[in-house]
Amino acid sequence: MSKLENLPAHTDSLLRFLTCGSVDDGKSTLIGRLLYDTKTILADTLTQIERTSQKRGMESVDLSLLTDGLQAEREQGITIDVAYRYFSTGTRKYIIADAPGHEQYTRNMVTAASTANLAIILIDARKGVLTQTRRHSYLAQLVGIPHIVVAINKMDLVDYSQAEFERIRVTYLEFAEQIGLQRDGRDISFVPMSALNGDMIVDRGSALSWYQGPTILELLESTPPAHSERTEPFRFPVQFVCRPHASDNPELHDFRGFMGRVESGQIAVGDEVTALPSGLNSRVKAIQLGNTVLGHAITEQSITLLLEDEIDISRGDMIVKTALAPAPVKQLNAMVCWLSETPLSSARTYIIRHTTRESKAKVGSIAYKIDVNTRAQLPAEGSLGMNDIASISFKLAQPLMVDPYDVNRATGAFIIIDEATNNTVGAGMVQA
Amino acid sequence: MRAVDSSSFSTKINMTTTLNQQTLSHLDWLEAEAIHILREVAGQCSNPVLLFSGGKDSLCILRLAEKAFRPGRFPFPLMHIDTGHNYQEVINFRDQRAAELGERLIVRSVEDSIKRGSVVLKSADESRNKHQSVTLLEAIEEFGFDCCIGGARRDEEKARAKERIMSFRDEFGQWDPKNQRPELWNLYNARSHKGENIRAFPISNWTEMDVWQYIEREKLGLPSIYFAHNRDIVMRNGGIFPVNVPLTNGEIINQPKAGEEIVNMQVRFRTVGDITCTAPVPSDADSLSKIVVETATTTITERGATRLDDQTSDASMEQRKKEGYF
Repeated sequence: MSKLENLPAHTDSLLRFLTCGSVDDGKSTLIGRLLYDTKTILADTLTQIERTSQKRGMESVDLSLLTDGLQAEREQGITIDVAYRYFSTGTRKYIIADAPGHEQYTRNMVTAASTANLAIILIDARKGVLTQTRRHSYLAQLVGIPHIVVAINKMDLVDYSQAEFERIRVTYLEFAEQIGLQRDGRDISFVPMSALNGDMIVDRGSALSWYQGPTILELLESTPPAHSERTEPFRFPVQFVCRPHASDNPELHDFRGFMGRVESGQIAVGDEVTALPSGLNSRVKAIQLGNTVLGHAITEQSITLLLEDEIDISRGDMIVKTALAPAPVKQLNAMVCWLSETPLSSARTYIIRHTTRESKAKVGSIAYKIDVNTRAQLPAEGSLGMNDIASISFKLAQPLMVDPYDVNRATGAFIIIDEATNNTVGAGMVQA
Repeated sequence: MRAVDSSSFSTKINMTTTLNQQTLSHLDWLEAEAIHILREVAGQCSNPVLLFSGGKDSLCILRLAEKAFRPGRFPFPLMHIDTGHNYQEVINFRDQRAAELGERLIVRSVEDSIKRGSVVLKSADESRNKHQSVTLLEAIEEFGFDCCIGGARRDEEKARAKERIMSFRDEFGQWDPKNQRPELWNLYNARSHKGENIRAFPISNWTEMDVWQYIEREKLGLPSIYFAHNRDIVMRNGGIFPVNVPLTNGEIINQPKAGEEIVNMQVRFRTVGDITCTAPVPSDADSLSKIVVETATTTITERGATRLDDQTSDASMEQRKKEGYF
């Protein structure tokens, strides 16, 4: 693949994916390989890591150095945080969320998974399915990632054995069956590979001729984009209201534009809509982006909506299609991942931010905690500490227009903010 | 709010048909994400400001702001922290663009910080790039800004790869990489207490290539020094160093040192910043389409080629960010 063949077109699509695994599984090498074999790495970066590899006495270039982190991390020998990396193939742009494998794993993985449409779960062929493999898989399921790629790495260290690959595949599928991983249309692919030698990542290599399936990159290239696989109802949280009050332009005098992003579904001029929580109805008069007039708009598009009737709508309200409106709720159950070192306190009032809307919230009760390694439900004793996941009910001061997270990732998700510090302390997913 | 005249831009929304529904192309997706972020800043912050240098990244953000807020005015002023060592072409372009948009432009200069004594240069010819942080913090305090929108991208530098889209800074403008707010889905938390500050980066997920393709698609105007032109340079520390550069005040900076041979070379700038630390690259790309091809085929990273300030140590950017740099 030469660089020019890689020249992205304006019409390329985009895929966000997550890599989970520890450095020992070869995660950094896999990412380095994807960047290197798609010619994303430029000469000066390569020279830099060649020099470092030599300094550390390595014979070949250590591609894992491409994801080497911050000075603060090198000093402590840990990876602090999710890093985002980019490459393009000529048909698609990719955003990789690279979650570190050690400390604060759950918190980082939930963060990285929240925006991903595909997860690559790395398994060391010598070790097979481990506790961390189960944890990664469960978290990918919890956060609603529809496509799972199980990358069985280090095949070079098991003599590229098909039997080893099959053994791991069967073990994983048994576990997947237990947790219902393939429910909700989720698909699982298995790829044998060697990140070190570059087998089955971008190039097929010659050592795995018994494997006829797609390479990692072929899977990435063929995965359907987010929101393309199911029909979702129209949800439009209002971010900002534009009222120019233009005295010099009579056309703009009554202009009232509701600005936001289509979180799901589609909308067209003439559609009947309802503003929530007020419940007032109107019809779409026009759809614009800047000064450009659009006939309709699709998921993830940022637009400005104009309605036929003058109804009172402000930031935090949601415009939906009248026929498929969610019911505003003042109480909800959610799976919550706690992100803060300060434990959850039932005595306190938190802020829940859902789409563009905020409400004060109090914890009603904690139904159960989840063991992220076994997926077992544990009794909810004590409070919730960092990396804990639990099913919690909340009482809300303001109504929220939620959908179950399983049905809609955008309107089923919320964050919990500590009013005193303004920190984001929890991530919530609404349960049906 | 006063309405601004319809500007000349028009957009074709590119859609790729997939399965049963249409999805956005990568440029449309990046645009939509950036507009969403700009509107979240407008919705959540009480007194934001858009940092605008006249460079290519901030010019993209201006176009995104037009799409986000027209026919209304921008819900924030523009601000440039001027080191005093900027290319005339860029300063002129900055002023021209702000005037065309009819938006308010604030300029605060490192020169004034030097006069006040809050910036002390080690020597007269020391690069003023890192001192922008002081002037920026002074301006934030002067105007009470609670959010600064900037054009930084995660692909630029490894200290940026872990940066949040809404990045929290304490009262001293410091970034603490170990203590960042988790950022999930597209639910941004731009809350801050008085004196604290949020830095918002709407084009975090863009690469250099995305920026050039967007400029090409949107037909954005750029300062002329982004295109191939002839310029006097010397070779210094193995790199190209522009010499005898006139400033807007008539002063000439970047004098060649004794023994350096001046060459007139065809070059262009990949990034535009302080004259003393931004180097051009040899290039014959005199059009946007040639720049896109050059960006696709170059073997040197954007900052590797052009930012002399990032080469002093492996962690230069990380250090500057901790000190309040954007």
